[in-house]
Amino acid sequence: MLYKVFKNSLLTLFAMAVIVPSSIVVLGSFKKDNEIYSDPLALPKSWSFNNFRTLITEGNVFTPFKNSVIVSVFSVAITLLFASLAAYGIARMVTITGRLLFLLFSLGLAIPGQVNIIPIYHLFVKLHLTNSLLGLILVNIALTLPISIFILTSFFKDIPKEMYEVAGIDGAGHFRIYRSIALPLSRPALGATGIFLFVICWNDLLYPLMLITQLDKKTLPLTLIDFRGEFATSYSMLFTAIMVASVPMIAMYIFMQRSFIAGLTAGAVKG
Amino acid sequence: MAFPAVAVYSFLYLYPAIQNLLYATERWDGVTKPEQVGFHNFAHLATDDDLFMKIVGNNIRFTLIVVIFQTAFSLLFATFLLKNTKTTILLRVIYFFPTILSSVSVGLIWTFLYNPNFGFINASFKAIGLDGLALNWLGDTRYSLYAIAVTQVWFHTGQMVIIYVAGLQQIPADLYEAAEVDGASRWQQFKSITWPMALPTTAVVVAYTTIQSFRAFDLVYSMTQGGPLNSSDLIVTSIYNTAFASFKYGYASAQSVVLILVVLFVTWLQRRTLRIDYGVK
Repeated sequence: MLYKVFKNSLLTLFAMAVIVPSSIVVLGSFKKDNEIYSDPLALPKSWSFNNFRTLITEGNVFTPFKNSVIVSVFSVAITLLFASLAAYGIARMVTITGRLLFLLFSLGLAIPGQVNIIPIYHLFVKLHLTNSLLGLILVNIALTLPISIFILTSFFKDIPKEMYEVAGIDGAGHFRIYRSIALPLSRPALGATGIFLFVICWNDLLYPLMLITQLDKKTLPLTLIDFRGEFATSYSMLFTAIMVASVPMIAMYIFMQRSFIAGLTAGAVKG
Repeated sequence: MAFPAVAVYSFLYLYPAIQNLLYATERWDGVTKPEQVGFHNFAHLATDDDLFMKIVGNNIRFTLIVVIFQTAFSLLFATFLLKNTKTTILLRVIYFFPTILSSVSVGLIWTFLYNPNFGFINASFKAIGLDGLALNWLGDTRYSLYAIAVTQVWFHTGQMVIIYVAGLQQIPADLYEAAEVDGASRWQQFKSITWPMALPTTAVVVAYTTIQSFRAFDLVYSMTQGGPLNSSDLIVTSIYNTAFASFKYGYASAQSVVLILVVLFVTWLQRRTLRIDYGVK
């Protein structure tokens, strides 16, 4: 009995801790500033999309949104392609080469990506890759390759050996086996990894902060940070911007919940 | 087939990582020619830099709080939400929700919640008569670090719950049934079955959380920028500021080598724990 009360109140408390702040943001995006300050949890006096309108016309959120989409989509697509090719190679090569490759990429898991900010910055200044979306895409690919290869290798290894061997006997080459056996059979894994990568790229702050200064190249997290200064007290605009920045993630979460949770969890466990 | 991955990875990950080690032995402002100083940067960090020592101390405290609370909460919630019913699945989905938000969004939302004048947290304390708890959470050197730690726990507990649920569901149900028959209490069941059987998962959760806490940057940057008076500065914010605000690139690189060593040590410890107790390769 006591246990039940303890359990239920604790579960409710943490659920509230998630729901209340989220509701404040959602409701706030429809409210005026003073309504947020006086009673953040009350329903808006009138549901109006004025904040969204102001944000799009004056707040300049369209360009960073577009930039974030470009950077994330290309980073994820290319990383998945390169990582799946490498992972296939590693999973199928039981020779010393495969082991060496695996070891090489494992190094990347041991070195946190943040420590590379200084050399990457100077390298990119030299290569004129600062203030460039291409630069951000390249950084994302390099930073997420090790973990992606790690996850995908373990999935490719789980595919029964016979599947590969039968295809081999039928005369299929490595590329053919990769394309017709490995990829189709690991679609759930690719999807989960893709979502995991998308979240990383979409939300990244450190590298854009360092590499991007030009307004028209900023991504959403940078724009959100700027909001803090620009609309120092306007939480209604900030909440609206947070809504805009979070909508793609929330939509993906609702429609692809299983892959979403699987992806983010695999990322944590295998990392 | 691994060629494209190896090429990008070598050029933009390994090569910078090696260069970082070289930078760490130089004094360099980014403009004039770098000057070789050997291990001077490290000696200075270890013996002569009170601020960096304070920041390392901050990071250790931050990590301890986050690891202890996040692991305890997620293990507790996972034992509560172990069975797959409509309610437990819904709660897991709700708990996981913060994980999908960007850290900047989370930082800014909590900056609002913590606001001393109109923030939700202080308003709630005042509403229930606890005016004494309505503190300046982010603006006071005594609380800023802990306030950010609370946000971090809120941010990632749901993700750890999912990992624990996956781990705990592997425990054979007949163990609990047998314990039940023998009249074991819930606490005894937890102590003798759940805890030992969940140790490999705990090792993963603790190692991941520890590394994540030592790599933390976004929340601090969006909530306090390390202030007030460096009270919430962490290692990565320090690397960032040393390099891009003070232009001491060599010195910042030396700090990042410290970070590498910490992460390597934690990884080694995790592997060792797993191998000794469970023979996991």
